[in-house]
Amino acid sequence: MSAHHLARVAAIVLVVGLLGPIAGMMAASLLPETRVFGGFPWTGPLTLTTEHYAALIEERGFLLPIRNSLIVATATTLVAVPCATLCAYALARLPMRGKGVLLALLLAVSMFPQISIVAPLFLVLRNIGLLDTFPGLVLPYVTFTTPLAVWLLTGFFRQLPRDLEDAARMDGASRLRVIRDVVLPVAAPGLASTAILTFLYCWNEFLFALSFTLGPEHQTVPVAIALFRGRYQIPWGQVLAAASIATLPVVAIVLAFQRRIVAGLTAGAVKG
Amino acid sequence: MTTTSTSPHDSRLALLLVTPALVVIAGIALVPIAATVWEALHQHDLRLPWLGRPFIGAGNFIEALGDARFREAVAHTVAFSAISVPLELSLGLALAVLMHTVRRGRGLVRVAALLPWAIPTVVAALVWRLMFENVATAMRVDWFSDPLTAWIPIVVADVWKTTPFVAVLLLAGLQTIDPEVYDSARLDGASPMRQFLTITIPLLAPSLVVAAAFRTLDALRIFDVPYVMTAGGPGTATEPLSMYAFAALMERLRFGYGSALSITLFALTFVVALASVRALSRATPVEPS
Repeated sequence: MSAHHLARVAAIVLVVGLLGPIAGMMAASLLPETRVFGGFPWTGPLTLTTEHYAALIEERGFLLPIRNSLIVATATTLVAVPCATLCAYALARLPMRGKGVLLALLLAVSMFPQISIVAPLFLVLRNIGLLDTFPGLVLPYVTFTTPLAVWLLTGFFRQLPRDLEDAARMDGASRLRVIRDVVLPVAAPGLASTAILTFLYCWNEFLFALSFTLGPEHQTVPVAIALFRGRYQIPWGQVLAAASIATLPVVAIVLAFQRRIVAGLTAGAVKG
Repeated sequence: MTTTSTSPHDSRLALLLVTPALVVIAGIALVPIAATVWEALHQHDLRLPWLGRPFIGAGNFIEALGDARFREAVAHTVAFSAISVPLELSLGLALAVLMHTVRRGRGLVRVAALLPWAIPTVVAALVWRLMFENVATAMRVDWFSDPLTAWIPIVVADVWKTTPFVAVLLLAGLQTIDPEVYDSARLDGASPMRQFLTITIPLLAPSLVVAAAFRTLDALRIFDVPYVMTAGGPGTATEPLSMYAFAALMERLRFGYGSALSITLFALTFVVALASVRALSRATPVEPS
């Protein structure tokens, strides 16, 4: 067997290993629980059912955490990305002292353990009445998404050709005008990748959402799923349905923007 | 910097543009870190409000040193990182080389690599828990009731979820290597293995260090996977430091002690981050910036 064939076999094994669990989860969410947990060999006809989804939405009110997650992730993206765009442009193009220190600080903030700021944030949010509210989640989320977004966007801005900007400057346009009319349109793909990644991080975030919500009213999807463990036994059918719902938008985003996502991940980490 | 038109005006503008992001980061990250340090020096129990919040200096840290559950949590965190990160790096490197080599179906491999990374960690943990529970019934092995084997599903889920991220980082590094280097090596009769060891690995070293640093810092703060998979059990056998700190804070409401625990994790992360910066400056050949 040639190296080329070997690579192809390895690729197939990997694709199955990486996608199998996700595909299996989605398939199992459409089967009766007795089918999934009845043990081998499976007997009887294969019947698909949407009973878990119906129970999840009607009995558990799972639309609420979905709504909450959408609100929090969208709001965070709308705050963090514009904030980060301004900062990243300055870092990429304008003269400034301490750039290296600032970039290192940003990276440090996005990599430190979130648990280390849970205590003071909890106390502050409680004192100003924002515990268990949407702003009370968006504020902490902005901390870990802004540094990341700045890091990604600085990489993107640095890759943009300077010629257009310089030409506009020669024509007498002010810096802010150049940013608005020349840089932002050209940087649109970079801004899109950054917004997508920011949204994904918020959609998936668990620790802050667990710490700063008190009940189902503002719980996000990951928290709702994690706290599913019923008192006596886990309703696996519903858990799988909920996990599939949490995964579907992610699958859609990855399928639609795979190249952009890879560009975003690598612009920050390798070339930054 | 080779800006064509630099003016004092630009410097002022730069400061203005950086300010919103800086305010956000200072206000919701740096100040809270300082506040956690301050909190860690106090006795502060939300369940015993009549005690107030007396300053006790290093009292919480001294208590932690005598706390077996804390020492075990530190050991769990370090051991988990030491086992999972090398696994993720080596598998990630293999996956990256594969993604680099495969010609047909590149898009499919890329999607397959991105999906585990992109889905919520909570979901990944649940799916792997379900699979291990099903395997348990088939094989009559109960992974989750033994303090040692309970780690296996956690490591597997983490490796499955994060290896693709490593691969994407390393793939970007691989793509920057000039193919001509390999061509001349092949002409000199170097075997594929030799090419890998003498060309790929050295040229990939900076990317490897970056990936190792990212993964180690991330592994040290692991929370979601054990929280969902084992709840730290059996007992506290799979409880990492971030989960113990969370329990001290949000379950026992001991904010002083919990802060001391979480600052310890912060310090651990900080040391690793400094070490990685030094490693990176050694791995990166001097290049004009």
